[in-house]
Amino acid sequence: MTTLRVNGTEHETDAPGDTPLLWVLRDELGLTGTKYGCGVASCGACTVLLDGDAVRSCTLPLDAVAGAVTTIEGVGTPEALAPIQAAWARHQVAQCGYCQPGQILQAAALLRETPSPSDDQIDDAMAGNLCRCGTYPAIRAAIHDAARALSEA
Amino acid sequence: MASRIGKVTRRTLLVGAVAVAGGAAFGVWQIRRPLDNPLAPERGATLNPFLIIDGDGVTIITPRAEMGQGIHTTLAALVAEELDVAWEQVKSWHGPPSASYFNGALMHAALPVAEYAMTGWQTALAETLGRASRVLGLQVTGGSTSTVDAYERLRLAGAGAREALKAVAAERLGVEPAALSTADGHVIAPDGIRLPYADLAEAAATRPVPQPELRDPSQWRLLGRSLPRLDMVAKVTGTAEFATDIKLPGLKCAALRLCPHLGGGMEGFDPAPALAVAGVEEVIDLGDGVGVVARNTWAAMQGAAAVEVTWTPSPLPQDTDAMLARIAEAFEGRHNSRMRNDGDPEGALAGAAPLEVEYRVPFLHHSTMEPMSATAWLHDGQLELWCGNQAPRLHVDRAADAAGIDPADVTLHTTYMGGGFGRRAESDFTHYAAKLAAALPGTPIRLTYSREEDMAHGFFRPAAIARMRGAVADGRAVAFDAQVAAPSVSQQAIGRMTGRRMGGPDKGHVEGLFDQPYAIPNCRVRGYLADLDVPVGFWRAVGNSQNAFFHECFIDELAHAAGADPLAFRLRHIRERHAPSARVLEAVAEMSDWGNPPEGHAHGVAFTFSFGTPTAQVVELTDTGRGLKITRAWIACDPGRVLDPAIVRAQMESGLIYGLSAAVTGEITFAEAAVEQRNFPDYDALRMHTAPRITVRILEDTPHMGGVGEPGTPPAAPALANALHALTGTRARSLPLKHHAEFIV
Repeated sequence: MTTLRVNGTEHETDAPGDTPLLWVLRDELGLTGTKYGCGVASCGACTVLLDGDAVRSCTLPLDAVAGAVTTIEGVGTPEALAPIQAAWARHQVAQCGYCQPGQILQAAALLRETPSPSDDQIDDAMAGNLCRCGTYPAIRAAIHDAARALSEA
Repeated sequence: MASRIGKVTRRTLLVGAVAVAGGAAFGVWQIRRPLDNPLAPERGATLNPFLIIDGDGVTIITPRAEMGQGIHTTLAALVAEELDVAWEQVKSWHGPPSASYFNGALMHAALPVAEYAMTGWQTALAETLGRASRVLGLQVTGGSTSTVDAYERLRLAGAGAREALKAVAAERLGVEPAALSTADGHVIAPDGIRLPYADLAEAAATRPVPQPELRDPSQWRLLGRSLPRLDMVAKVTGTAEFATDIKLPGLKCAALRLCPHLGGGMEGFDPAPALAVAGVEEVIDLGDGVGVVARNTWAAMQGAAAVEVTWTPSPLPQDTDAMLARIAEAFEGRHNSRMRNDGDPEGALAGAAPLEVEYRVPFLHHSTMEPMSATAWLHDGQLELWCGNQAPRLHVDRAADAAGIDPADVTLHTTYMGGGFGRRAESDFTHYAAKLAAALPGTPIRLTYSREEDMAHGFFRPAAIARMRGAVADGRAVAFDAQVAAPSVSQQAIGRMTGRRMGGPDKGHVEGLFDQPYAIPNCRVRGYLADLDVPVGFWRAVGNSQNAFFHECFIDELAHAAGADPLAFRLRHIRERHAPSARVLEAVAEMSDWGNPPEGHAHGVAFTFSFGTPTAQVVELTDTGRGLKITRAWIACDPGRVLDPAIVRAQMESGLIYGLSAAVTGEITFAEAAVEQRNFPDYDALRMHTAPRITVRILEDTPHMGGVGEPGTPPAAPALANALHALTGTRARSLPLKHHAEFIV
């Protein structure tokens, strides 16, 4: 049995220790907001926060998870959007939407470290998150907007 | 005139689809009778196939696939505009598969004429064909047709319902309907009394549907504005449900291992190594591959990779070079189409010093962010199916066939899809999910392709070869002769969908080449179909995606041969043929300050008329010293009337980035008839740091409404290749461009 802290709640799982965190979240705990895209940490769809840092859950084995996990479900809810989600909605970022949970968590980690990122810093931080719909211009605008909203909060 | 229509009709039936030929026998009455209403809400009332009103509010049926293009939002707005409900009250639902949700605009594209030049009688003929697709019940999302198709029908659905609700209110209040108004989901009496629609809906549903006049666009409150998308909140909170997210009691997860040698088969397999993987529960023989069912998807994928399988080889040419050789052989046979043959191209070329060049493009993968997935559950003889799909009725049939049950016993829930781009018009994932569910009755099966299986089993944009000849004189193109060879997407895909072979000239094969509004006196376009059964399918913009590259790079070459500026050269030929097309070129010239790129930067331009929407793009390229970087892009498009500007802008940006991604790095290659690319590291796309800053301008001068989901893609590759030529002098006649120059990755 492994104990996992996700979105402030303790979960027990008997999944083998080499199971990537992604599949524990999705298939064992039913937290399907985190997405599978590649399984090799090259697209960022599976991004979650581990003690506030962005990690690729598709290549992080369960028994290597040391810290509190935040998934998209822990960021905000449809009834109460977090400021970063509200910025995403204001800029109507999502198209197919599949990569957006990962994009949002990657951006949340960026804003935590760099509250007012430059375009170059956004490029560096977001380069690992693929979007086949090409929502990059909207993501960039939403990150700048979220930075402003958070600094005024 | 009659004989002319008759001739074109017969030809169109061949061009469009065998299905149309079958449909012609149904007769006119089926076209004219009211639509069957497939809705049967448990509570509340349904006034027509597009509307349910209950105590919770108004649910608008938006029966097209939402794959990111925002279609649910625009379809719902069409109904809501006439119905008079507040946008905040609107919910949308994809609804059940039904022939009532036919796509009438699909058949527009079947006419063997260039769309920009369609005359009145041709448009009328297209309308007739559109009604034929009603008879056939073609519920399809594709061809950038959804909004065009829905524009009148859904506004009429909203207006008819509004008038029926008013009629009931008028009876109850004892006043004339004309004395009543409507707003925010209420009928409002002259004295200010407000009757909620929910109280009137049940009575209204029993009335004959009135056919009111539609409102003039000047009165619109929702249409023409950028509305908050109905799917946005779900998609930023992780609550949007994709087929790979379905949760059911007792659900098991599944993965596949299919024969990597396309067209090959399976001789046998040993399940033992898979069953040894912790969590694996079943290994199932699918005939042409193996399905592994496990407690979670990870275990299923590990198990699928572990199965020891003996594959049989593929009858296809074994590697990319052999496939391209097979494609080139098509030039030796007779052409399949000659959709344009103006003047005397041979004579004009013979009298000049012709430019003669060959272009090539590779196979491409859709690579949607969500790999193919479907959830299926066979219980009590009924199959319940959840999948993202672009053709629901087709998926129902496919699932029924795989599970060995009647299509009437299949319930399909169409989910959001993590990207489509044409890939989800195919139904392979539904087939396998249904087969697995049938093998394990009572157990819900959630199938997710691994990225590697998804990559290996695509329905690719075909590789293609174009042989171009042209001549210039006095600053103008005087001859243009294009021959293009490739496997036929239309024949293959329609064959898979209908089980019948399509004959006749294949318009999709040459779209983007024969139908461009350039005034060139001697102009010929011939298509050759290659005898090559690599699976090919509808890839965003279909034939336009490769043909625009051929056409617009060659036009650039002709401009240089004529000593002309490439943009001015285009305008010179387009202005006299199609004014809205000239205006998008003029717009993009102004936006990009064409002719004056910043120091160290170069601009390339391209123009394509596709899906009814003329679109011009300028791409800016620079050499950073660490590689080439696409810094800026400007898009001007004219889809006619615009219903949601933000969605149009987003689709244009999306189409451009999709096209640029393929142009820089996209390439599927083969060895032993198996795809060599495995995952995103070897099939990448533009990312945040490599995508350009984009500016979009939308014009509304085109008289007929055009699509927006695809027209942003075709000009992207040629605009970039032309910028590469302007920057480095390299004329790239093949894609991807990474083989011609170093790009920043």
